[in-house]
Amino acid sequence: MKKQVSLHYEFLKGLWEIHPIFKQALGLCPTLAVTVSAINGLAMGLATTFVLIFSSVIISSIRKIVPNQVRIATFILIISTFVTIVDLVMKAKFPELSKALGPFIPLIVVNCLILGRAEAFASKNKIFRSFLDALGNGTGFLLALVVLGSIRELLGTRCIFGFQILPDGFSTWMVMILPAGAFLTLGLLLGFANAYTKWKKEKSEKEILITN
Amino acid sequence: MDLIIIFIGAALINNFVLSYFLGICPFIGVSSKISSAISMGLAVIFVMTITSIVSWLINHLILIPYHLEFLTIPSFILVIASLVQFVEMVIKKVSSAIYRALGIFLPLITTNCAILGLALFAQMRDYSLIESIIFALGAGSGFTLALVIMAGIREELELANVPEPFQGAPITLIVAGLLALTFMGFAGII
Repeated sequence: MKKQVSLHYEFLKGLWEIHPIFKQALGLCPTLAVTVSAINGLAMGLATTFVLIFSSVIISSIRKIVPNQVRIATFILIISTFVTIVDLVMKAKFPELSKALGPFIPLIVVNCLILGRAEAFASKNKIFRSFLDALGNGTGFLLALVVLGSIRELLGTRCIFGFQILPDGFSTWMVMILPAGAFLTLGLLLGFANAYTKWKKEKSEKEILITN
Repeated sequence: MDLIIIFIGAALINNFVLSYFLGICPFIGVSSKISSAISMGLAVIFVMTITSIVSWLINHLILIPYHLEFLTIPSFILVIASLVQFVEMVIKKVSSAIYRALGIFLPLITTNCAILGLALFAQMRDYSLIESIIFALGAGSGFTLALVIMAGIREELELANVPEPFQGAPITLIVAGLLALTFMGFAGII
């Protein structure tokens, strides 16, 4: 029996320690594609979190009756059901957002983050823990998308969520709202995240040395 | 003429990797050696072409006549998953040389969002069967081109002195950004 970690931790780990984008590089396609503006990032993050939470709960509740050989196919079918729900709801209620995100809402099905959590966590853990894990990972994903979208929107159009932040004198960086800007911004963010992790690790190692 | 435009559009101007961001995972994962990049690219072209035919048939023979459009996502993903398995079995039986060359790349393709993206794009734009096939060939060639260029750059990059936190995925993304900028130069050719 492995040691049970606290419920608190199941949620928090998704925010940084095993962050889907910065630590595991999962789900990069939607991350890059939809973060032209902060609002698109928010919508995509919410849609993904919704699918992640519900599919994790369902997968966790049927984990004992699904035969091992067909588990991946079963997971994908469950995920695609929730993606269809999101897709239809968005088409009906937010037609403009749905248009802006285009095929990336249906493509949540193949987001490796969701299948990754289903396979690595929900298929092995109790329902409530899977819920917390999905909530944590979804929130981490959402925050990263909003941050990335905000940076690109700010430098590309002077605004965040449509509100002007930078003065008119600031000349906009066209490259930020082009595909190339997505790659550059995410590359730099990933690099800084790695540098921060390394710095923190070295710091804690030094502290251990001092206390010893 | 339209067919040529569809092909060039999918391969260069709206390159799947560099402007639609589809298939980023294999783009980052399998782009460290030119030889494996070529195998992966060929496998993707192959599966994409078959997927475009099968998804077009499903869309026009089953989903539209019976008004089942809301089942698009589950049916496409199931078709792609079973198709990849089937193709894998056939190749294994027919030619073990090709099977060894493609190796683990075939199963990996199931989770490649470029394949599902291709089927969805072809459906959204209402392509005919021939147009879908040309679109798939163009998209697959564009994917292979981007992957091979990237692999070439990364082989050189191994000799470069990259700061430690930026090694691996971060520097690959930054290089991909520069590559995307150069691909924008194709925008004027149609």
